[in-house]
Amino acid sequence: MVFINRFAAVLLLLLTMTLSAAPAMAGSLEDGVSQLVTKSFKTKIKAIQMLGQSGDERVVPILTALSAGKLFQLKADDSTVIAEPKGSIYELVDVLSGDRAGEVEKSALKKIPVNNRLRGIISDILGSLNLISPDPEKRIEAADAVFSSRSIAAIALLEKALMRETTTAVTTRMQRALAGVTVNTSNDTEIRQAALESLADFVDPDVRGLLSSVAANPNDPLADLAQEALRKIDGKLAFWNFVGNIFYGVSLGSVLLLAAVGLAITFGVMGVINMAHGELVMLGAYTTFVVQEAFRAWMPGAFDYSLFVAIPAAFLVSGSFGVIIERGVIRFLYGRPLETLLATWGISLVLQQLIRTFFGPTNRDVGTPSWMSGSFETATGLVLTYNRISIIVFSLMVIAVIALILRKTSFGLQMRAVTQNRRMASSMGIRTGWVDAMTFGLGAGVAGVAGVALSQVDNVSPNLGQAYIIDSFMVVVFGGVGNLWGTLVGAFSLGIVNKFLEPYAGAVLAKIIVLVAIILFIQKRPRGLFALKGRAVEN
Amino acid sequence: MFQNNTFLSTILAETGGRVLLGTLLVAAVLVPALNLVVPEGSFFHVPNYLVTLLGKYLAFALLALSVDLIWGYAGILSLGHGAFFALGGYAMGMYLMRQIGDRGVYGNPDLPDFMVFLNWQELPWYWMGFDSFPFAMVMVVAVPGLLALVFGWFAFRSRVTGVYLSIITQAMTYALLLAFFRNDMGFGGNNGLTDFKEILGFDIQSDGTRAALFALSALAVVGGYIICKLIVASRLGRVLIGIRDAESRARFLGYRVEYYKLFVFVVSAMLAGVAGALYVPQVGIINPSEFAPAASIEIIIWVAIGGRGSLYGAVLGAILVNYAKSYFTGALPELWLFALGGMFIAVTVFLPKGIVGTLPAFDKRFLRGRAENAP
Repeated sequence: MVFINRFAAVLLLLLTMTLSAAPAMAGSLEDGVSQLVTKSFKTKIKAIQMLGQSGDERVVPILTALSAGKLFQLKADDSTVIAEPKGSIYELVDVLSGDRAGEVEKSALKKIPVNNRLRGIISDILGSLNLISPDPEKRIEAADAVFSSRSIAAIALLEKALMRETTTAVTTRMQRALAGVTVNTSNDTEIRQAALESLADFVDPDVRGLLSSVAANPNDPLADLAQEALRKIDGKLAFWNFVGNIFYGVSLGSVLLLAAVGLAITFGVMGVINMAHGELVMLGAYTTFVVQEAFRAWMPGAFDYSLFVAIPAAFLVSGSFGVIIERGVIRFLYGRPLETLLATWGISLVLQQLIRTFFGPTNRDVGTPSWMSGSFETATGLVLTYNRISIIVFSLMVIAVIALILRKTSFGLQMRAVTQNRRMASSMGIRTGWVDAMTFGLGAGVAGVAGVALSQVDNVSPNLGQAYIIDSFMVVVFGGVGNLWGTLVGAFSLGIVNKFLEPYAGAVLAKIIVLVAIILFIQKRPRGLFALKGRAVEN
Repeated sequence: MFQNNTFLSTILAETGGRVLLGTLLVAAVLVPALNLVVPEGSFFHVPNYLVTLLGKYLAFALLALSVDLIWGYAGILSLGHGAFFALGGYAMGMYLMRQIGDRGVYGNPDLPDFMVFLNWQELPWYWMGFDSFPFAMVMVVAVPGLLALVFGWFAFRSRVTGVYLSIITQAMTYALLLAFFRNDMGFGGNNGLTDFKEILGFDIQSDGTRAALFALSALAVVGGYIICKLIVASRLGRVLIGIRDAESRARFLGYRVEYYKLFVFVVSAMLAGVAGALYVPQVGIINPSEFAPAASIEIIIWVAIGGRGSLYGAVLGAILVNYAKSYFTGALPELWLFALGGMFIAVTVFLPKGIVGTLPAFDKRFLRGRAENAP
C-alpha cells in the first residue's frame, strides 16, 4: 500500500499540472464540434481525439451519430445537430445541450462526411469513453482495455476518470491501468519506478506479462526492479493457482461424487453391478428438463424454484425405474454378478433408445436459475462460478442425507441387516425382497437427483449416462466397496489429482494417467482405499 | 505331442464342432468360387458385398472365440477385449498405410497423409518396420499379447477377480480409447487409419483379394477353433475349468492359478489381435471407436447368446447377432438398440446357457417325451 500511496502522490502532482492547463481546454467540446465540420479529414481526426480526451459525457452521442452518419450541419445557421429521420422529415437534437431542436426538411441539412478510417478511430475512442460510463462494470472493463492496449492516447481521459471515481473497486483497476500505461510510455524514470512498484501489488497474469517485458529489456534502468516485482508476483500467482486447482478439483470431485453415490448403494451395499446407473442419472436430467418446461409453460415467474421441484421429481422417476428394474430383472440374478452386469447393460441400451425416441438425439436445453448463474471472481483472476459452488454444497448434502438414512432410520437398519445376513434377517421377520427393492430404488433415486445437478453443468443428451458410468465405477472401486466415506474421499481425491495433472499433461492425458493409476492401485489394494474388514469381506 | 488320430478325435469330439469345421471349410472354398467363377446374374452368384460382409462376420467370430476361451473356460469376463482386437487391427492398418506410399492425397512418399497434415517431419520410431509384411504380422500378435501379459501379470498376481477384473479391463480399453483419439499419438487420431490401396501387392478393392481375405478368415476361424479346442481339452484346460468353478480350491490344491489364467489370457489376446488384422483390410478402416467399452461389451453378448463354454456356440452367436445387427440397422435403425438391449436381458434371464446350451435340452426333453409316450 505504501507504493500505491507514493504513486498516488505523484499522480496528484501530474493531475494538478493538467488541471492548471484546464482553462486552455475549456470549451473544448464546442471547439471540437466546430472542427468536425471541416473538409480535411486530418483536422477531423484531431477534433475527434480532442473530443475523446475532453472527458465530457455529451461526446458519446455525438461520436456515435457521426459514425452512423446521423450528424448534420444545419444550413441555416451552420450549427451542428444530430438528426433522426422520421418519415420524410428529420427530428433534430442539439449536440451541446442535448435538447430537441425542432424538425426540418431533408433539404435544410448538410451531412457531415465520414469514412472508415474515422469510424475506426471513433470506435476506439468510444471504447475508452466507457471509463466515464455510469455503469461500474463498464468502467472496469474500459480500464482493463486501456491496460492491455497500453496506449498513451487514453491516459488523459483515464486521469480525469480517476479523479471523479468513487467506487473503490473501479479505482484500483484504473490505478492499475494508469500505472501500466505509465511504466510503458513515460520517460521519467522516477515516475515509472513509482508506477512499477505500485504494479507489484496486482497479482494477475497481465501485470506479470507487462513486468516481464520490462525485465527482459537490458537497457531499461528498471529491469532489476521489475525482476524483483516479478518474483513477488510469481510467488503469489503460484499460491492462487494452487487454490484454483483445489477448487476446480473439488468441483470435479463433487460431480463424480454425485454420479457415484447411487452406485455406492447399489454396488457397494447390495453388490449389484448396475451398468444402467448412468442412464438413471440421465433420466434425472431429463426429468429436470420436463419440470422446467412445465414451469416455463404455466409458472414462468417461479422458474428460479424449478430445481426444488425437479429434485424430488427426479428422485421419484429414477427411483421407480430402479424398483421396476430390480423387481423385473435383477432379483432373478442375485449371486450371479457377471450376468447382472450384462442384463443391466441391456437395460441401459433400452433406456437410452427410449429417451432418444421420445426426446430426440440432440441436446436438450436445461436452464440455470438466476441464483445459480454468475460467478465470483477474485482479484487474481480466479473465477468461482455459483453453479459449481452450489453443486459442491449439494453433493455434500446428498451424502449426508444418505449417511443419515443408512445409520439412523429403521429402513437403514433393515438394509444393513439384509446385506450382512439375509437368512437371519428374513427369519427375524424382515421382508428381504421388499428391502432389496427399496434399497435399489434408493440408489436409483439418488442417481436421478445427481442427474438434476449434472444437468446444470453438462449437456442433457441420451449419452449423458455413458459419460459417467466408467468414472463412477472407478470412484467406487477406488474408494472401497460398501463404504460411503470411501466414495466421498475417492471422488474428491480423483477430482483433485485430475485437475493438478491437467496443466502438465492436458485434460485427456491426465484422465488416462488417472485411469492407469487406478488400475495399478487396484492391484495393490484390490478392495479399495477403505476396505471393509471382518466378516463382510468373506462372502 | 498328439498322435494324429487323438488330435483329430479331440477337435472333432462334438457334433457342434464337426458341423462348424465342416461348414467353414466348405464356405472357404464355395463362397469365393460362387463369387468369382459363377457369372453375375446367376442364381448361385454370391455378390461382392456379401463376401466382405461374411468375411467381417468371420473376423468377429474369431474374436468371439477368443472371448469364449477366457470367459467360458477360465471365468475371466474381460470387458476390454475390443482393445486387443483394435490393437491387432491397428498393426495391420499401419502396414496397409505404409503400402499407400506416395499415392496419398499429399503424395508424400515417406509419411502417411495425416502426419503430413499434422506437419510432422519424419516417421515416429514405432512406425519403423511396418513396411515389412512379416514384421507387421508379428506385431499383430505381439502387441496384444504383450499388453495382455503385462496387464494380466499385474491383475492375476494380485488376485483381482470377478467384477473387479471386468471393471478394470473396461478402464483399460477406455484409457486406450482416449489415448488413440489424441492426434499426437501418431495413429491418425479421431479418423484412424483408412484409404488403403493394396495388400502384398494385390489391390485391396479387387474381387480376388476380397475372396482371398474371406477364405483366409474362414481358415483363421478354423485354426482358432482348433487352438482353443486343444487348449481346453488338455490337462491345462481341465485345470482352467477347475479355476473357473472354484478358484480358491484350485489354489489350495497347489495349482499356480495366476499362471494358468495368464497363459489363456495372452493366447486369447493374440487371437483377438489376429481377428482385428483380418477385419481391417475387409472393412477398409480402423479407428478409435473399436476401443469403446460398449463395443467390448457387445462381444460378450455374442458369446452369451451363442452359449458360453462351447467354442462353436461363440462362433454361432457372433454370426447371428451381427447378422441381426446388419438387418436392424438397415431396416429398422430405431429398433436396433431395443433389440440388442432386449437380447442382453432375455439371454441372461431366460437363456443362461445360450442357444447351444439350451437347444440340446429341448431336444432331450422332446426325445424323452416321445419315449414315454411310445407304447
